[in-house]
Amino acid sequence: MTVAADLASRAHAFEESPVPQPAGVPAAEHGAGATFVVDLGHFNGPLDLLLTLLREEQIDIYDIPIARVAEQFLARIQSLRLDEAADYLEMAARLLRIKAQMLLPRRDGDEAWDDPRAELVRRLLEYQQIREVVDLLEARAELRRARFARPPLPATDRLPAATPAPLAAALADLLGAVDRVLRMTRGPIVHTVIPRALDVAGALDAARLLLARRQRVHWGDLVGTQAEPWQILSVLLALLELARLGECVLRQPSPFGGLEIAGTSRGASASHDSAGRVGAPGPPSVFPPTSDITHDTPGAAA
Amino acid sequence: MTPLAQLLEAALFASGAPATVEALAALDPEASAEQVRAALDELRCHYDEAGHGVELVEVAGGWQVLTRPEYTAAIERAQLASRPHRLSAAALETLALIAYRQPITRADIEEIRGVSAGSILKSLLERGLVDVVGKADVLGRPLLYATTPAFLEHFSLRHLGELPRADELAVALRSPVTA
Repeated sequence: MTVAADLASRAHAFEESPVPQPAGVPAAEHGAGATFVVDLGHFNGPLDLLLTLLREEQIDIYDIPIARVAEQFLARIQSLRLDEAADYLEMAARLLRIKAQMLLPRRDGDEAWDDPRAELVRRLLEYQQIREVVDLLEARAELRRARFARPPLPATDRLPAATPAPLAAALADLLGAVDRVLRMTRGPIVHTVIPRALDVAGALDAARLLLARRQRVHWGDLVGTQAEPWQILSVLLALLELARLGECVLRQPSPFGGLEIAGTSRGASASHDSAGRVGAPGPPSVFPPTSDITHDTPGAAA
Repeated sequence: MTPLAQLLEAALFASGAPATVEALAALDPEASAEQVRAALDELRCHYDEAGHGVELVEVAGGWQVLTRPEYTAAIERAQLASRPHRLSAAALETLALIAYRQPITRADIEEIRGVSAGSILKSLLERGLVDVVGKADVLGRPLLYATTPAFLEHFSLRHLGELPRADELAVALRSPVTA
C-alpha cells in the first residue's frame, strides 16, 4: 500500500470510528484537489474485495471465471477509487496474468496441467478462513466487552513489578536523619565583610598639618601617586570630615578638574583633639555657604 | 462461604488480571490446588445463586471477577467505567492470523491478508494483545509475533485451544460460495 493510502486508512484501520463511514465513499470528494485520499470502507484489502465479488456473483471459488472476475475487479476498484492503491493494483495485475495464462492453448487430457488459478484459490480460502475466525473473535470480544473487571483491563498483560517493602522507620530515625543533614549544611553561607583598615584619623592629622602650613593644598599633595585604595579613601573621608567641621573649603574650579583645598580661620583654631570619627552623629550640614562642591566626587577627579 | 472462599474473593477483587489457581493457592499454604478449585466453585455458585452483580469467570488461564452484562449499560451511562473500543476488522484479521499461525512474521501476515500490516501490528503491540517472541531463522531475521494472555482475556478465551481447529472451520469444505 502506498504511504498516502496507509495514512488514510490508518484512521479507520485499527479502531472503528464511532460514526460508521458509508462504504466506498471517497473522502477526496470533500476537498477538491485533494490528491489521493481513500476511504477503504468495509474492504480490508484486495482479497476481501475479491471475496465479496465472488459472493455477490455466487461464483464457485474453485472454478472462477477469471476473465469476468478480473473485469469486475478492475471496474470496482475504479469506482471506489482504489485503483491507485498498490495492494489493489497488484491484485489486478495478478488477475490479468492468470487470465492470460488461461488463454494459453493446452492439450486435452493433459493431466499435468497446472491450473494458474490454484494459487489464487489457495489464498482466497486462506483469507476466508481468517474471516471466519474474525467473526468468531468478534462475538467473543462482545462477550468480554459487556463485562467490567476491577480494576479495568490494564494496557499490558504484565503485572506491575512487586512494589518495594514498606519502610520500617520510626519518627526518631527521621528526626535523626534531619539532624544529620542540618549539621552537614552548617547554616546558610553568609558573605563575611572584612573591616577596611581605613586610617581616617591619621589622614585628618596629616591634612590639618598641611593646611596649617599652607593656605592652599591640592588633592595630589595629600595623596601620593602610589597611594593604595585605602589611603585614597582615608584622605577623601578626612577631607569631607574637615569640610563638615568647617575647617576647610573644597573647590573644584572646573568640572573634572583638580580639587583645591583651602584652609579656613576656623581650621587654624581647631584643636587637634577632635577625633575624625566618620559617621558620628553630628550637625546635618555644616558646609560653609561659600562651598561650591559639585556632585562629582573628588575621588573620580583624582 | 468457607474462609478459603472468602480469602479467594478478596484476592480476586484486589487482582488486576485473571489469577491462576497456582497464584491463588499461594494465598494459603495449607490449601491444595484441589481445595482452591473447590473454593472457586463455591464462590462462583455463591455469586450465581445469591443474586450478585458480579460473577466469577474463568479466562486466560485464570479466574476473574467481572460485572454481569445486564448492568454494563447503566455503569457506562453513569460514566463509572467505559467499555474498550471495538477492534476493527483489519485488526481482528491480523489477530486471527497471529492466533492460528503463531509465531508468525509480519511478511507472512501481509502475504495472507494482501495488505500491509505495519501500523496495525504496532497498535496491537501497544495494546499488549500481541508480543514479539523472537526472530525467525530466515534472511533478515524478521520479528516473530504471538498472542499474549491479554489476547485471551480480550476474547474471553480460557486458552488458545478454545478456538476452533483450522480443519474444523467450515470453509475447508469444498462447497460453492453462497451469499
